[in-house]
Amino acid sequence: MSGDASNTGRRTDNRRSALRLAAVALAMFGFGWALIPLYDVICEITGLDGRTGVAQAASLPTQFDADRTVTVQFVANVNSALSWDFAPAVISMQVHPGKLYDTHYLARNRTAAAIVGRAVPNVAPNVAARYFNKTECFCFSEQSLAAGEQREMPVRFVVSRDLPPEVKVLTLSYTFYRAPENG
Amino acid sequence: MGATTKRRLASAALAIGALAASATARAGYDQLNLPVGVTPISQTAYDLHMLITWICVIIGVAVFGVMFLSIYLHRKSRGVTPAKFHHSTAAEIIWTIIPCVILVGMAYPATKGLIAMEDTSEAEVTIKVTGYQWKWKYEYVEDGITLWSNLDPTSRAAIHGDVSAAENYLLSVDQPLVLPVGKKVRLLITSDDVIHAWWVPQLGMKKDAIPGFVNEMWIRIDDDKAGIYRGQCAELCGKDHGFMPIVVDARAADGYAAWVTERQAAKTAAAPATAGTLAQATAQPTPAARAAF
Amino acid sequence: MSSHTAHDEHHAHDDHHHGPEPGLMRWVYTTNHKDIGTLYMLFALLMFFVGGALAMGIRAELFQPGIQILEPELFNQFTTMHALIMVFGAVMPAWVGFANWQIPIMIGAPDMALPRMNNWSFWILPFAFTMLGMTFFIPGGAPAAGWTMYPPLVLQGGWNLAFMVFAVHLMGMSSIMGAINVIVTILNMRAPGMTLLRMPLFIWTWLITAFLLIAAMPVLAGAVTMLLTDRFFGTSFFNAAGGGDPVMFQHVFWFFGHPEVYIMILPAFGVVSQIIPTFARKPLFGYESMVYATASIAFLSFIVWAHHMFTVGMPLTGELFFMFTTMLIAVPTGVKVFNWVATMWRGAMTFETPMLFALAFVILFTIGGFSGLMLAIAPVDFQYHDTYFVVAHFHYVLVPGAVFALFAGAYYWLPKWTGHMYDEKLGQWHFWLSTISVNVLFFPQHFLGLAGMPRRIPDYAVQFADWNRISSLGGFAFGLSQLIFVYVVYKAIKGGEKATDRVWEGAHGLEWTLSSPPPYHSFNTPPKVTEAEAHS
Repeated sequence: MSGDASNTGRRTDNRRSALRLAAVALAMFGFGWALIPLYDVICEITGLDGRTGVAQAASLPTQFDADRTVTVQFVANVNSALSWDFAPAVISMQVHPGKLYDTHYLARNRTAAAIVGRAVPNVAPNVAARYFNKTECFCFSEQSLAAGEQREMPVRFVVSRDLPPEVKVLTLSYTFYRAPENG
Repeated sequence: MGATTKRRLASAALAIGALAASATARAGYDQLNLPVGVTPISQTAYDLHMLITWICVIIGVAVFGVMFLSIYLHRKSRGVTPAKFHHSTAAEIIWTIIPCVILVGMAYPATKGLIAMEDTSEAEVTIKVTGYQWKWKYEYVEDGITLWSNLDPTSRAAIHGDVSAAENYLLSVDQPLVLPVGKKVRLLITSDDVIHAWWVPQLGMKKDAIPGFVNEMWIRIDDDKAGIYRGQCAELCGKDHGFMPIVVDARAADGYAAWVTERQAAKTAAAPATAGTLAQATAQPTPAARAAF
Repeated sequence: MSSHTAHDEHHAHDDHHHGPEPGLMRWVYTTNHKDIGTLYMLFALLMFFVGGALAMGIRAELFQPGIQILEPELFNQFTTMHALIMVFGAVMPAWVGFANWQIPIMIGAPDMALPRMNNWSFWILPFAFTMLGMTFFIPGGAPAAGWTMYPPLVLQGGWNLAFMVFAVHLMGMSSIMGAINVIVTILNMRAPGMTLLRMPLFIWTWLITAFLLIAAMPVLAGAVTMLLTDRFFGTSFFNAAGGGDPVMFQHVFWFFGHPEVYIMILPAFGVVSQIIPTFARKPLFGYESMVYATASIAFLSFIVWAHHMFTVGMPLTGELFFMFTTMLIAVPTGVKVFNWVATMWRGAMTFETPMLFALAFVILFTIGGFSGLMLAIAPVDFQYHDTYFVVAHFHYVLVPGAVFALFAGAYYWLPKWTGHMYDEKLGQWHFWLSTISVNVLFFPQHFLGLAGMPRRIPDYAVQFADWNRISSLGGFAFGLSQLIFVYVVYKAIKGGEKATDRVWEGAHGLEWTLSSPPPYHSFNTPPKVTEAEAHS
């Protein structure tokens, strides 16, 4: 067969095609991983997963819609691996889009040891998430509570004036998890 | 042999089918079809389901009809000579376009139904539903009531024993979710551990409970449809996935109001705390309240 | 060095001019497409019975309410392993086996393009499945979170997760190598005159399937790797507490998972498109539209994935998009079914076992297609999702769909492969018993789902008892019926009536110009293919 020129030529062709296809497979493997940042980008644009936006104080609008009110509900969840109590100070607020508001949650460490917790925010309906911006939030960093300590956890937020008109109720939910740093 | 066996099996299946139909009368579920349910959404889903089922049946009868006709007529044993044709652009265009038209006909009501289902605005009652391995927690956000809902102990005891000993085996809980009829109820659904899904067929909707995320869905039970509705977790969530039922006790307005007052009074008696403080978040049901539903 | 070369040449010389090596080592070292095809198919058959045994366990537990045989944890292991074994161990390798046997002899090539890689891609599989099967015997047992492996549940598993991930990696590598081989063979090795649009439809469907494999399998490999790092190396891809999102896994998984569905069914379309013209004694109707329909189904399969996830809480626009694209798949699928019926129309049909299975495929797969269309309607899917209706749907497209097409193809080509006619009478028994029992098995599951029975539960409320019992009885009958198939295959390998070269009166195509069985090395001199031959 080594004498058969066309056969050898075909063998080279086959090898080249195979390598090309292997490269495609490898690229698709990469694409699988690229889906992760891609998904985050899509979520940021569409609010797909209900994660909330962060606004800079300087970029906030100075005007607000005085004749439009939206109900913001506050919901608290604590993961069962974290022995904390956690609840919103108020269950809901009437807000004007474009205006800055302050509220807080209460958290208490029920145990006799210091624990670090981490809050994950979420907004429902998820299409509204990207219109809900926080300038200050306890969820921006991990929170440590000493044994038996109770603390107010502040949130400062603004609902964007671009919020779609059909959204009349927004729910801000936090889930407190035990931070992995506790070991 | 094939035909006889088939006939015998068919009659056997029919006999058992009749048995199943009689069982339907006893049980709360329809044994063969989607329940019409007790909410506008379940009605929409049912109507769409029936529409599409019938469209599929008609297409199926037409296509399989032609096929069986061909199987009967165009057999070699009848001495036919095969035709030679192997394409027809006109026919192929027609049977591409007709399905498209049918699909558009289906998509229109489906889109309308979907938009109605996703409209969670202007709810009167908000309840947070949290899935746990393997139970549900219900928190009435406005009224500050918390309920835990576990598989009823008599069902649990019957799993390895006599299932007929338990009423509503695997579909009863110690504390049901009490809902008002005629009011738009918004459920905020989340989970503590793995993904669960909250589903009561009669209410027409299911939604995943995802840890760290909040999903929402709404229910408005028809005014005249007070009653008990049963469902189950609908997303594999581990060992006891089959053992975390959902029971909804839908009550008329005054019955619901009385229940809320009673629960709030019971809670105040058990733990003297007011709404907005931390005790509310950890309130556990009192043993007296654990009656089977 | 020089002796090594000499040996290589000697070996190659052997390969090309003589029969197989004697003894068992033939099967270990073989680079012959026919040997490898046989290995794949026997392996798939074995896995079909292993997966089937698990299914029998599942149906036995579900025979009546209450827990009798499988405790819930073990039940979940059974359902998970049943799916993994059937999808990756039975259906996919069976199709690769068909590809190995048939592609070279249908396009007039001497062998697959990359014979050594071919050997590797098969021999990886026994290791992958041994590794997967071993998990039943490790502490914590086998994977139990479903073949969809959704986190966070799957992350609660112990070491079985690592075993499963590595096994999936191996299966993925095997499939990708197999797919590369198929594509290179089809694109580079066709006989002169075998233009793309003269290729038999089975070749077309496999070519498109192979592209799907190359695009989809690596994505699955990536997704399961992320599970592995989340579980053992502290990453948080899918963990909300660490800033991840469990739903993201579902997106990535189904980006693989939906093409995977078509990976299992497109070759079935191909086989049925070979068989119906043969037994109708009439050319396939609408060859070109069949090719285009297959290609459009493959394309659509990449943009419909989230219809598996309507209940995760997607925004309305997302739900609408995935609903519409999914409904669109009905159009090319419909074209295929209409073309098959038009092929039968005014033919001169006979009903040997392959034709019977192909006809049952057309009807029962279409029923699965109808329930698929129903599931596409998002507002009703909220009711159907994760119920037995879904179980009925995908078993209709996979069992009387893909598996029946495999049986059809096996009966069709068995005389070619073995050189002996199979026992027609037993074949007919196998067909009728399978067809009746498969419907008794799966049709009632539609009712169960509609009546409200969730899937993946080991025990159920008493009102589901009647249909579950009927379904279980159908299941046991279906399982037993498959033993007939094994016996038929065994008998045909052992001996029997000599098959002619053409085997079937109406058969057309290059494989029928070879002897039955074909020589160990066929088409060393490529045949010439003319238009008339290709499409007659």
